[in-house]
Parts: sequence; C-alpha cells; structure tokens
Amino acid sequence: MSEIVPIMRIGETLLVSLQGDLDDEAVLRVEEQLSREVARTRTTGTLIDVSGLAVVDSFIARVLTRVVAMIRLLGSQAAVVGIQPAVAITLVELGVPMGHLHTALNAEQGMALLARLRDHGA
Amino acid sequence: MAPELTGTDPVVVTIAAGADLIHVRQVLRAQALEAGLGLVDQTKLITAGSELARNIVTYATGSRGTLHVEQVRANGRRGVRAAFSDSGPGIDDVELALTDGFSTGRSLGLGLPGARRLTDELTITSAKGAGTTVVIVKWAR
Repeated sequence: MSEIVPIMRIGETLLVSLQGDLDDEAVLRVEEQLSREVARTRTTGTLIDVSGLAVVDSFIARVLTRVVAMIRLLGSQAAVVGIQPAVAITLVELGVPMGHLHTALNAEQGMALLARLRDHGA
Repeated sequence: MAPELTGTDPVVVTIAAGADLIHVRQVLRAQALEAGLGLVDQTKLITAGSELARNIVTYATGSRGTLHVEQVRANGRRGVRAAFSDSGPGIDDVELALTDGFSTGRSLGLGLPGARRLTDELTITSAKGAGTTVVIVKWAR
C-alpha cells in the first residue's frame, strides 16, 4: 500500500502532518501507515499534527482516537496537536468523545508533552 | 419564519461513494462563504454535511443519494440550506434516530443528533421504504 503522508522522525519522536481534505480511504491509509511506522522504528512518541485540517468529522475523529490507542498498545505514546479552534468547537458540539486524548496546542508543546509522558508515565 | 430562496440556482452534488464526501465539503464551504458565514459556522455546516453525506453512503440503497445546496434569506439574514436525499430503506423512528448513541450500523450514532446540534434547523422527512430527506439550514450571525 502506498504511503500518502510523509512521516518525519525527530530523535525519539515521529511527526506526521495531516493536510487538506482527506477522504475516509485516505484516513484509513494514514492509520495503517502510522501504526506500521511506529512498530518499525520503535520510537517512544508520535505527534499527529492536524493543524492543516479545516474539517474533522466524526469519522476522522474516531480514527484519530483509534490510532492513539493503538500506538499506546504498541508501548509508545501519541498526542494530537494543532486542532484548529473552529474544529475544536465543532467536535465538542458534535459530541465526539476525545477528552481522553493527549493533545497540545502545537508540535513544540506536543514534544514537551511527550517528554513528560516518557519521564513520568501517564 | 420559513426561509425564502434567493433565486440563485441550487448546486447539485451526486453522492455515490466515500470519495464524494470531499466534493460535498467543498460545495458547502463555497456556499457558506457566499452566504457570509463566519469560520466557526462554516466549519459546523461542513461537518454536519459530511456526517449526513456519510449516512447516505452507509445506509442508503446502493449508497446513492443527492445533495441540493442553495442560498436562503429570512428576516434580513442570509444562510445556506442543504438537502440530503436518498431512496434508501427510510428511518423507522425519526426521534430515536436523533438520539445520541443510537445506531443501526457500527458508528458512534452521532451523525444525525450531531448534525442537529451543529446547524440552526434540521428536518427529517422519511417513510419506511420510501427514502429519507434531511434538510439543514445554517444562518449567518
């Protein structure tokens, strides 16, 4: 299966940046690509940057929470960073349960969050 | 007060596969911009539309349906009206379908109740075996 998003490795962290308008098929491919990459590289943390997504509907949100849960099962940590304010308001009103997700305002704060999780566990 | 149409031609989108959801979102965004909706309201409308279009792909017969989008106006306000129609199995119990967490599929059951929260008006016309039409309206503030 082809890779559709570039996944960057920065030290012990993988960074994937989701951009533009993703259809369901593309979201599922990102999920598969990311879990494969986490297992292959054995990195301790993953940041999923969604600042380039103008719309996150319940399907995309559900897959995001699933990816984070899967990465944790692999023994790593993951955080979703850069949720646009309009998207955050919409997700809360839509009612998608995302409260248990690790999130941060941007990639930099996400890196700090992952470092804390590594040091103290959570 | 019932929204009156502004006389502009409705935009019609055929929904026949998951990939059409992107087209649905693009058309809704363009119409939301034209109606002068702010960023948050645009996002809510597009997200609601994405949920309703996915319902068609998931539940309608042959996963097919149609979206009609048009500009509306009432009490000096502008807005967007979007009608999602399919000829699927219909909804048995509309009130139940609008309940959070109710799903006959494997989803979270947020589509219809979520779309209602994200829009200013949502009406469902459905009869068993005769398809479903869901109309949403979002007004500019």
